[in-house]
Amino acid sequence: MIKRPSSMKKTISSFALALGLLVGTTSAMASEEGGLPSAGTNVRDQASLQRGAKLFFNYCVGCHSLKYARYSRIAEDLGLSEQDVMNNLNFTGAKFGDTVISHMPEDSAQQFFGKAPPDLSLEVRAKTADWVYAYLNSFYLDPSRPVGWNNTVFPNASMPNPLWELQGLQTAVMKSGGEEVEKLELTQPGKLTPAQFQQATRDLTTFLEYVSEPAALQRQRYGIWVLLFLAGFTFLTYLLKKEYWKDVH
Amino acid sequence: MANVFTRMGDWVNERAPGLMPVYRKHMTEYYAPKNFNFWYYFGVLAILVFANQIITGIFLTMNYKTSAAEAFNSVEYIMRDVEWGWLIRYMHSTGASLFFVVVFLHMFRGLMYGSYQKPRELVWLLGMLVFLALMAEAFMGYVLPWGNMSFWGAKVIISLFGTVPVIGGTLVEWIMGDYLPADATLNRFFALHVIALPLVLLLLVVLHIFALHEVGSNNPDGVEIKKGPKGNRWDPNKPADGIPFHPYYTVHDLVAVGFFMMIAAFIIFFSPTVGGWFLEHDNFIPANNLVTPTHIKPSWYFTPFYAILRMIPSFFGTAFWGVLGMFGAIALLFLLPWIDAGKVRSIRYRGTGFKVALMSFAGSFIGLALVGAGVVGEKLVEWVPSDATFWENTFGRVMTAIYFGYFVFLWCYTHLGWEKTKPVPERVVFDHD
Repeated sequence: MIKRPSSMKKTISSFALALGLLVGTTSAMASEEGGLPSAGTNVRDQASLQRGAKLFFNYCVGCHSLKYARYSRIAEDLGLSEQDVMNNLNFTGAKFGDTVISHMPEDSAQQFFGKAPPDLSLEVRAKTADWVYAYLNSFYLDPSRPVGWNNTVFPNASMPNPLWELQGLQTAVMKSGGEEVEKLELTQPGKLTPAQFQQATRDLTTFLEYVSEPAALQRQRYGIWVLLFLAGFTFLTYLLKKEYWKDVH
Repeated sequence: MANVFTRMGDWVNERAPGLMPVYRKHMTEYYAPKNFNFWYYFGVLAILVFANQIITGIFLTMNYKTSAAEAFNSVEYIMRDVEWGWLIRYMHSTGASLFFVVVFLHMFRGLMYGSYQKPRELVWLLGMLVFLALMAEAFMGYVLPWGNMSFWGAKVIISLFGTVPVIGGTLVEWIMGDYLPADATLNRFFALHVIALPLVLLLLVVLHIFALHEVGSNNPDGVEIKKGPKGNRWDPNKPADGIPFHPYYTVHDLVAVGFFMMIAAFIIFFSPTVGGWFLEHDNFIPANNLVTPTHIKPSWYFTPFYAILRMIPSFFGTAFWGVLGMFGAIALLFLLPWIDAGKVRSIRYRGTGFKVALMSFAGSFIGLALVGAGVVGEKLVEWVPSDATFWENTFGRVMTAIYFGYFVFLWCYTHLGWEKTKPVPERVVFDHD
């Protein structure tokens, strides 16, 4: 019989190749989300999560609910005490175990904005973190719109910029021809510098990313141990296979 | 202790003497060719994923609510409030995609090494039925989370039946039990996904394996070990190039199981959505019949067939041809054992024409997948904004032509005697470790 080089090596390299292809495709796809700049979020950055939560409960919860997120779970995952959350984040009188529900009545909201503000529990999973981050940075004054605001990432959005005090006011510089927005200019500075505002919106996006998948914190923590266990298991099976196949000629 | 087990074994044997012979026939005395390579792992891996789907599926049903009003919320409840619910759900959703990964590779192995050729036609046919049942199972499972892509995917796929002449409209209503995918649709899909189709799948998988064990496994050389010399260390009348499935291939496959579980764990724990390929962004929005997703596309594993549907134009005022093309693309696979009359099984010894054709076929499948997923369209919009649709259609139609061309070519190539094969060795070529 003809002898061939080790099949085990080939097998291992084939698996490695398959894994490489898979990861490659994933990251290629992730970077293709409409050419938006990276939000640079990190859900394991607890300080960023806490700052983001503060922003959310000060500027967003007036209109937007997080109907799948419980105050108690947020406290646990963000390293906050019940007191912290109930005093500083919960302004609606909800119980600690309740989910985050905005007090804005849906019919009034419909009347104010033409569209009820959506629940944001899954916003990052539906739109990606990059989209949310870019959206928060892309509001500009547009007198032609009913509420006076427009957004380059989501044109004709019915939402005004809730963070305008922090960001300041942006106006659009139109392309020659006057139909498309070329870029946004900060015409009136806000309380934060542009760099500080970007960090603030990054924190807010990080918080929303966490809210859209609280399990992300757990799965990344456990994942590394599962992989290490499986690596050990696979190595043992390899030794077992070698032992059994010694006498196959 | 050992004594207790022996006595228990004897007790069972006395009452059911037929059990041990069945075990021996399929495990310790099933002689498989000893030259299996990388491509022979995927059958076992498919069984592994199937088991995973059943076990995680059972746990999902414990908290899933079968109702259009509650389904979406109950999935988020599983993701957030059920202990380890997120893990069970990700194992199930990742398993669904990986099921197709291993099944596609398993089928491609069959094409490469001629595993569908005589005398294994029945094995292939049963395998194709498994594939068909799997597609139905996956489609219905995808509808259950009741996200917006579940809803619109269901609407588009069920509407395909509407193109059937005369009875189309009635057929669509009959399938959905309503005028739109609705509560009735969700409930019947749940019943089919959770009990009916898994039973069918299980039966078909068992028949597929039994049929295989009747004729014996093919191998990368396409040599029939039963026709080779007789006598191995275990049995003087069994093939010399065969080794007992258990323990040799069970320990051999266990290594692949380990590797495969590492890949699966990597996805489950670090990238469960795989950038929108395994869990789509639009499916994190609840089903809404008033808001259509920007790009309605099926899950990645259906995209090649979906692309064929889209690329075949309407004629005589009906889009039925695209539907015929899509189902035809699968039907032709059933007929492969009769389309390919090759004298040689393995790609190692087949003519150059076959090698080129098979690679083109695999390429067209990937090309069609990219068209169906909208990736080609998105790229073309960047490169040639004004003619993107034209070029997408051109590319997609060439790919469709190659896909169907493979079967035409293969028939001509083998039935008209064009193929020039290489000499096949007498016995299997064995890879030494």
